[in-house]
Amino acid sequence: MPAMPAFETWLRPDNKGLYCVPGDFYIDPHAAVPRAIITHGHSDHARPGNEAVLATEETIDIMRLRLGEFAGGQLQAMAYGESLSLGDVTVRLVPAGHILGSAQLVIDYRGVRAVISGDYKRHADPTCLPFEPVTCDLFITEATFGLPVFRHEPDRAEIGKLLASLADFPERTHQIGVYSLGKCQRLIALLRQAGYDRPIWLHGALRSLTDYYASRGIAMGEVPDVMAATNTLAGEIVLSPPSAIGDRWSRRLAEPLASFASGWMRIRGRARQRGVELPLVISDHADWPELLDTIRETGAEEIWVTHGREEALVHAAEAMGLKARALALVGREDEPE
Amino acid sequence: MKAFAELLDRLLYTPSRNGKLTLMCNYFRTTPDPDRGYALAALTDGLPHAFPIRRIIIELAENRFDPELYGLSRDYVGDTAETLSLMWPQPADLGHPPRLAEIVERLKYIGRHQQSAELAAWLDRLDATGRWALLKFLSGAPRVGVSARLARLAVARTFGRDVSEIEELWHGLTPPFLPLFSWLEGRTGLPEKSATPVFRPLMLAHPLEDAEWDALEVSDFAVEWKWDGIRVQYSGRGGVTRLFSRTGDDVGGAFPDMIEGAAFDAVLDGELLVVRDGEVAPFGDLQQRLNRKGVARAMMEKYPAHVRLYDALELEAEDLRSLPFVERRERLERWHREKGPRRTDVSEQLSPASKDDLRALWQGARHGGIEGLMLKRRASPYLAGRPKGHWYKWKRAALTADCVLMYAQRGAGKRSSFYSDYTFGVWADGESGLGLVPCGKAYSGFTDEELKELDRFVRQNTTERFGPVRAVEPRLVLEVAFDAIQKSGRHKAGLAMRFPRISRIRWDKPAAEADTLEHLLKIAE
Repeated sequence: MPAMPAFETWLRPDNKGLYCVPGDFYIDPHAAVPRAIITHGHSDHARPGNEAVLATEETIDIMRLRLGEFAGGQLQAMAYGESLSLGDVTVRLVPAGHILGSAQLVIDYRGVRAVISGDYKRHADPTCLPFEPVTCDLFITEATFGLPVFRHEPDRAEIGKLLASLADFPERTHQIGVYSLGKCQRLIALLRQAGYDRPIWLHGALRSLTDYYASRGIAMGEVPDVMAATNTLAGEIVLSPPSAIGDRWSRRLAEPLASFASGWMRIRGRARQRGVELPLVISDHADWPELLDTIRETGAEEIWVTHGREEALVHAAEAMGLKARALALVGREDEPE
Repeated sequence: MKAFAELLDRLLYTPSRNGKLTLMCNYFRTTPDPDRGYALAALTDGLPHAFPIRRIIIELAENRFDPELYGLSRDYVGDTAETLSLMWPQPADLGHPPRLAEIVERLKYIGRHQQSAELAAWLDRLDATGRWALLKFLSGAPRVGVSARLARLAVARTFGRDVSEIEELWHGLTPPFLPLFSWLEGRTGLPEKSATPVFRPLMLAHPLEDAEWDALEVSDFAVEWKWDGIRVQYSGRGGVTRLFSRTGDDVGGAFPDMIEGAAFDAVLDGELLVVRDGEVAPFGDLQQRLNRKGVARAMMEKYPAHVRLYDALELEAEDLRSLPFVERRERLERWHREKGPRRTDVSEQLSPASKDDLRALWQGARHGGIEGLMLKRRASPYLAGRPKGHWYKWKRAALTADCVLMYAQRGAGKRSSFYSDYTFGVWADGESGLGLVPCGKAYSGFTDEELKELDRFVRQNTTERFGPVRAVEPRLVLEVAFDAIQKSGRHKAGLAMRFPRISRIRWDKPAAEADTLEHLLKIAE
């Protein structure tokens, strides 16, 4: 049996991103490339201008919605679990549990397997398929919340906090900062799960993706535009991009109570720095215990850490007896969520 | 502990006073005894216990965590107690979280060697918010932006009472305040008054408005200087002496020179000042001694405390509050000649013969230690609160300076989308020529319409952003009004203004014509 090639010889980070040599494609490239596999639709992973793109159907739809004609030259959809040969490798997409359409990429090459997680989480999410652990030799993981202080509370407790605040302050609009893809729709779905059936009001920037989620059969309930409101929305929930909090846009609302749904809200200093009155620890990324559990579950002997707080996760993986390194990939936002 | 933890957590993030009151009222209404009483203690005077929380936290962190991961986490979070609360491993099933009362009761009996294990056992039964709140509680002051006064006001409001009723009882009560809550809920009568000094709610004055000035009969009023210090109640009974702030907080700890060796039987109303050789020092001198738990001898010698007496509520166990002011004053003077505590004197009475005399007195009030005049109706009894038509304060005219807007910060609550807090400066010679030196901060004095204009100016003239703060092009002149200005080592400009507010926006005035630091130093006291 020929010796197993070192992973570095066929999976290489370069100035455009992570490149698979025997398959001749990049994964989530930072700059436009001839062939790209995209794990999910967030803008620091799905960039414009690639000549050929391979992704799940939902990710391709989302790229079209956000990037229009720049979504890519040739867009090829691939179902979860379907295998495809590219050069000398076989690839497969597996649910990552991050947002609608998000996937991990499984690459088989000469009897060894690498899994690139993309962004992922293990908390249940009513808006997407759950993360599916895949046994592999090399696991390339994100580490957005790669410090032991990050442990996301159960979503139900956080939604409970929001509903309690609505009862305490019925005279104020609860304005929640959310990212327009994923967090927005998940928060709506969580509120519906908790039995909240009032209209949830949307900032215009959240409209198209929320309608897309609804068109994929994810129940959003009544989600009118804030601009269509005939009053100041006292006691109502308004979702907006985080940048609209404390912005002039919010002056139309009744003494807005600033809230923010994000894993960063676990750190008090961060929440206060942003002027958040009601921090909600709701994240679409794996927290520390999930990162460690997932590494264990994959059975991988080698761990590469792509972005986030790499140092601690590399240290923890080494303490588990694994080979670990940080991949300094260009172009990832420091605080993607 | 769960409800208390949630309360602290929400208070920390809620900036507005009304919001904080709502949260506290809901807590006091729904939380049983004795937990709510201990929570009230934590929010007011703190609970005395000798738990060496800093040492224990470090001990636990070192024993329980991987040092590398702890170090990275601590650097990231920036706070040791918060890091511990977040990193603490959480069992899948917490069981029953400990009650606040359980923790307080147990604290009395923990031996030195059990401290660490006992805290760890509590932490194991709490979630992240609970762990954070417990560590905060054990470290003394919770620092969630609630004053003792606000907490007492919340209790009063919860049960539809006036806060002065609670203040009057306060210093005879101890945690967990069972008789207080029982009385508030109508289950028992008023808690018994204690044998040691208690606080009597103060009588406060209204500003003198034009209409009142027009109707004023000089002969109906006693007139005295309004001294620029801190209004206090100086109270002695049964050999114990207390110094209360106007909201009933015991501030004696910072002024042992007023407490030690002072024994008298009276409840006195006066102004706390720093006085040297009979001369009242500027307010800044008194400030040196405020908000300190203990105080060094040298501080007391450099900034000697003194109470200038205005009034007497009780003398030798006799309640004088229903007597007319002039009669109380006369009794006070007589009593003070015989039994007056040291470091006190009786504030001088002025005797203007006419309104013109009175106005002349007011105009001449420019001495450092004087804030203006007090006019007290001769016939008025001593009434708690701010009753109308009895006492007037007539502050001396404000000083003004033309300053240049340098930085602006967004406000809170209703003002959260407005740049409403302004840092302004004046011109000074520096290493690189003439430049602006910040000399104060103001967030009032303008109308809603003016706020919108200022907000627009800030957004259109931003040169740099630092989080919620923006630096602006130095081109807008603000006329700033302030009650006094004095030299101060604490500020970059070497000056501190009292009550600065925006009196006019000088859209018309070029920034180069604003005032200089030299000018401000000249008018400083």
